[in-house]
Amino acid sequence: MSTRNITKFKIGLASCGIAAGGEAVLAALREATDLPILEVGCIGHCYAEPIVEVCFDDGSSVMYGNVKADEKSIRNILALGTDDRFEIPEARKARESLKVLALAGRIVPTDLSDYTANGGYEGLKKALTLTPEEVINEVKISGLRGRGGGGFPTGTKWGFLAAKPGFDKTVICNADEGDPGAFMDRSLMESVPHQVLEGMLIAAYATGAGRLIIYCRAEYPLAIKHLKIAIEQINQAKLNDFGDRTVEISIKEGAGAFVCGEETALIASLEGQRGMPRFRPPFPTDRGYQDKPTMINNVETFGNIPVILREGGEVFAKTGSDGGRGTKLFALAGDLKYPGLVEVPMGTTLNEIVFEIGGADPGKVKAVQTGGPSGGCIPVELFDTPVDYDSLRSLGAIMGSGGMIVIGNDRCMVETARYFLDFTHRESCGKCTFCRVGTTRMYEILEKIVAGKGCENDLELLEDLGKKIKAGSLCGLGQTAPNPVLATLRYYRDEYLEHVNDHQCRARQCNALVDIALDKTKCIKCKLCIKTCPVNAISSDFVIDPAVCTRCNSCLDCCPKNAISRVAKGDKQ
Amino acid sequence: MEKDFGFLETIPADPGNLIKGLQLLQATEGYISNEGIRAAAKYFNRPEADVEGVVSFYAQFKRVKPGKFQISVCDGTACHLKGAPLIHEWLRQELDLRPGETAPDGVFSLETVACLGCCSLAPVMSVNGRVHGKLDRKTMMKILKEYAAK
Repeated sequence: MSTRNITKFKIGLASCGIAAGGEAVLAALREATDLPILEVGCIGHCYAEPIVEVCFDDGSSVMYGNVKADEKSIRNILALGTDDRFEIPEARKARESLKVLALAGRIVPTDLSDYTANGGYEGLKKALTLTPEEVINEVKISGLRGRGGGGFPTGTKWGFLAAKPGFDKTVICNADEGDPGAFMDRSLMESVPHQVLEGMLIAAYATGAGRLIIYCRAEYPLAIKHLKIAIEQINQAKLNDFGDRTVEISIKEGAGAFVCGEETALIASLEGQRGMPRFRPPFPTDRGYQDKPTMINNVETFGNIPVILREGGEVFAKTGSDGGRGTKLFALAGDLKYPGLVEVPMGTTLNEIVFEIGGADPGKVKAVQTGGPSGGCIPVELFDTPVDYDSLRSLGAIMGSGGMIVIGNDRCMVETARYFLDFTHRESCGKCTFCRVGTTRMYEILEKIVAGKGCENDLELLEDLGKKIKAGSLCGLGQTAPNPVLATLRYYRDEYLEHVNDHQCRARQCNALVDIALDKTKCIKCKLCIKTCPVNAISSDFVIDPAVCTRCNSCLDCCPKNAISRVAKGDKQ
Repeated sequence: MEKDFGFLETIPADPGNLIKGLQLLQATEGYISNEGIRAAAKYFNRPEADVEGVVSFYAQFKRVKPGKFQISVCDGTACHLKGAPLIHEWLRQELDLRPGETAPDGVFSLETVACLGCCSLAPVMSVNGRVHGKLDRKTMMKILKEYAAK
């Protein structure tokens, strides 16, 4: 028996930890112990939140997952009991390569000294010993490309801005993470705000910018709070003082418009206008924010910069593949066992990410959606594809910023495509006719198909519209909006055909093509379904009236014998 | 009674600060009223139509007064797959609320949001900014009852 003593506790209190009930656990733990409890960020294992880490004086630690705020759970932790023990799954440990996320969930996000004690601001220090040209060169050698999805070489972009004279230049951090299903940037800003800011300061030094702006979604209040505290600490410690200039750092909150992820739209929004993209050239590095030279990088791109400066561009470039250097963060969610935030070397295959790391059940996965509403789905048969900038493009999808949604067998691909078009047609800013009208028409056709009112010609019309929207749109939103439809038409045409020809949804997801049926051989007549049904669609002798039923699944969820199920329309089972 | 929009003066009257001003307006009033639009137009020296244009462009700005508890149902990809449409259906049944509406008693209002970034806890909703995850009908109703009792 070792004689190690507990020195402190760490509890994950990023947005996901709080949503899982972390604050109540913190309060309960505070009641039970006088030892220090550090509120840290997210370690990326969202499925196990709330997570409590117990740290010992010999430097080791043990973790507890899915902790409850009750007395029994807390007592178990204090006694180092065996219940609720959390170990990082071996398969994930073997595949993951924590570089950008190395400190996430390990340090207190708003404690500058905790960050510097763990190598923080070493990158900036190193940069300041080099000339700006040398810093840019180091970034070029690293092979880093924009992590927002565009994939433009970061060092080259920096070079464009550095070539402009004077310090009246702006570097913007694009933190308007708008892809539904993506949370890489949120996690980074919440967990290691200083790392993002360190990357930005290095960029300011290298490009000669005098102004740093973070454009962050207002939906991320915790990220904004942590960044504000960190900026205050930077100002006090004068980390933004380069001798010849003091870099001014500010945060602007976005107001909820997906198109503002596009750089010219983002700039219009910063200037207090409707966030509409404009024609390029002039490029922002020539004329951007307030008509001054401006450069925009994504949060994760900045998160990589301190790593590059610390370990050197050459070492950084050793990780990854020819399709992209370094690591990439992915927000894994959907139908899998271990949703969360993962960091893997560029070029890791989808098989490795979805099955080995994500723990998805191989027999139950149909596809994965990458790149959010701009991306496409990739069927499970193609999961040996390495994930990088170029490989996924050839499959009609994109790597995108890193959202990765695993789609199970029991999901309808037509409905999934409809969902994305519902999003993009509402988010179209309206400037280009093809995008404004075209995405709306595509959405209406898809609505028609999931309602069982489509015809085969609709599929050709969708493809035709999709191609024209891509060609006739100014910005990335329109150029990629048809992707989810075109990709599903390419890989899952069968499902579309079933919807339009047979009025069937094999996933039993499209409400208009589904009935709810009760299997009388399994039913024990407990009447729970009758009591639960919010619209009184179930009669006293257990007959479900399809005209009244809204297919809300309430009876399925409450039935103790799983006697109720969704069946094809008209099928009584 | 004439409303006082003096709080706008905490922000410099630079036209570029319009969105910031509108965010402050909404944080103070709960929504953007017609009077609020007029006050912002005057203060930031921009035409009213221009201000209305900015308000209507961004999803964050509301033109209808929200309830005491604002329910935001996430319809991000993971939440959609895991049942966000069902959550809307339940809310319609239980509270007779549709997205964009405020209940006549002013207790709850409902909106759909693109993504709260808590995808691993899907499906999620937030009530006055507080996120609740892994929802099913029962837990959702329990949460709403707790708020209603407040």
